[in-house]
Amino acid sequence: MTIADLYRSMRLIRGFEELVLDLVKHGEVVGGTHSYIGQEAVAVGVCAALRPDDLITSTHRGHGHVLAKGAEPRRVLAELLGRRDGLNRGRGGSMHAADLGKGILGANGIVGAGAPIAAGAAWAERRSGSDRVAVTFFGDGALNQGVVLETLNLAAIWRLPVLFVCENNGYATTLPARTAVAGSAVSRAEAFGIHAESVDGMSVEAVHEAASGCVAHARSGEGPALLECRTYRFEGHHTIERRFRLSYRTPEEVEQWRARDPLLTAGAELSDEERERVDAEVEAELAEALAFAQASPPPDPADASRYLYADQAAFGATS
Amino acid sequence: MSKLSYTKAMNRALVDELAADPDVCVIGEDVGAGLAGPTLGLVERFGADRVVDVPLSEQAFTSLALGAALRGMRPVLEFQIPSLLFLVFEQIVDQAHKISLMTGGQAHAPITYVVPGSGSREGWAGQHSDHPYSLFAHVGIKTVVPATPSDAYGLLRSAIRDDDPTVVFAPAAAMGIREDVTWQLAPIPLGRARIHREGGDVTVVAVGHLVHDALAVADEVAAQDGIEIEVLDPRTLYPFDHAALESSLAKTGRLVVIDDSNRSCGFGAEILALAAETGLLRAAPRRVSRPDGAVLPFAIELDRALQPSRDRLRQAVRNVTA
Repeated sequence: MTIADLYRSMRLIRGFEELVLDLVKHGEVVGGTHSYIGQEAVAVGVCAALRPDDLITSTHRGHGHVLAKGAEPRRVLAELLGRRDGLNRGRGGSMHAADLGKGILGANGIVGAGAPIAAGAAWAERRSGSDRVAVTFFGDGALNQGVVLETLNLAAIWRLPVLFVCENNGYATTLPARTAVAGSAVSRAEAFGIHAESVDGMSVEAVHEAASGCVAHARSGEGPALLECRTYRFEGHHTIERRFRLSYRTPEEVEQWRARDPLLTAGAELSDEERERVDAEVEAELAEALAFAQASPPPDPADASRYLYADQAAFGATS
Repeated sequence: MSKLSYTKAMNRALVDELAADPDVCVIGEDVGAGLAGPTLGLVERFGADRVVDVPLSEQAFTSLALGAALRGMRPVLEFQIPSLLFLVFEQIVDQAHKISLMTGGQAHAPITYVVPGSGSREGWAGQHSDHPYSLFAHVGIKTVVPATPSDAYGLLRSAIRDDDPTVVFAPAAAMGIREDVTWQLAPIPLGRARIHREGGDVTVVAVGHLVHDALAVADEVAAQDGIEIEVLDPRTLYPFDHAALESSLAKTGRLVVIDDSNRSCGFGAEILALAAETGLLRAAPRRVSRPDGAVLPFAIELDRALQPSRDRLRQAVRNVTA
């Protein structure tokens, strides 16, 4: 994986997210989204350390993970627009994007809820004799969810091939991590005997290197690992925040982190010519994705409960 | 002919499914030792990687089963205490149940949640005596409450074979029941009611162990009052067998429901609503249930006072047929 590849993947996520913010603003994406802008180095660095057949679970802030793991941007975008050709046929939207064929077991609207799902997938893989690894992404807020701590224990005692990736962006919605997390992500994992590291989440190369080590550790049967990525979201928790003028972060703090934008750092390693070429290619890909998504028809309201059960016809659910 | 106990029937269903399909596994607390009954002897036969003891961490192992299901397994989870379902409502309702719809049909969660000993076990007090099947039926999760050993066997097997999450409540008061079984045990389809006794005067819909109370009351009122009760056991509360209810009401036009859930928003209320919608009722229907918002007290007299009883059922039947 070259720096150009990593940059391209981050550029795609950034461009996608900027496009989505625009679509939210114009009412084309209903319900709003949780922007991943600023955190791209984490998804890209971690997913670059994975094989295509490895597995991930994601969070409410999941677009970056899903795209980095290989979901087609046009189908993710169609999903956000609630269209038939969306990843989830318009049933999941931003917080539930899943692409099982690509090992993406689902984003999740409940903080921390993906951790045990990833552990279960890892357990099943090991039982079947495969050497796939499952990665679960979660934020600093999830460090205080009981189910995550229970899962750390289970994964450790069963030595499951799971990588816990804590994206510590400093805030659980508006609550600063320093007022909410006793100890640290790393110390919590170490309490369970889990290999744990902390890395600069604004450097895609640093994340990639650390994640590669953690994934190798998990894949070799040595048990789970935890990687804390210290990162920052440049936008609000949710697009709704733009309307409320919340003030839980200072403009200075945001500017300090923006100066460490992972795209600037990685982009600086490319020649101007190469960077501009990648930017143009990504822009064209996103324009095509938008055209595809907007051309996809909306789902049929008569089918609103379709897919609720595995065998809908036999079940005969009533409205 | 052999006497089959309810617990043994569940055990046999698990044995048959574990033997038939290597993707089936049993996960729970103390399932290796078989503390709750149905898993007794399974670990000796199938090994600790098929019958898996887990640490006390209900939320983690409940969604761990979902992750395993997404990778092709068919986990059966055992919960020793019905109230543990409150701890894992998120994992069952928000995750396993919703994943099929939310992924647009990409994923299914063939998980069976088994609750041996649901409802009052007399003297187990507030946090061990709930019978929360109405909650699961309400959110649309397949919900099964078998009344007899052969139904427990057949419905548990079908639940395990089903591609959706299914909760199987084995009522504590039914688990001591034994049945003469002269036929080959077989899977029983979900969603089909069973008429335990035919009668033309009043339909009594009875859930779980209360089927046996309804049958006893039916014999009494037939002898004493000449009232013929039709005892209908839905067996699967969701999906509910509408056709069976409708055909019974077409015959009787009168309805009493006896169910061991709380009255307000409980399963009995749902049956009354369904019956009202058929337009077949010729008399006001009655519910025999726990009171609104009931929490079972410890003292045996208080515990029993809040549960549906044969006396209250008898009175309800007389009221609707008066």
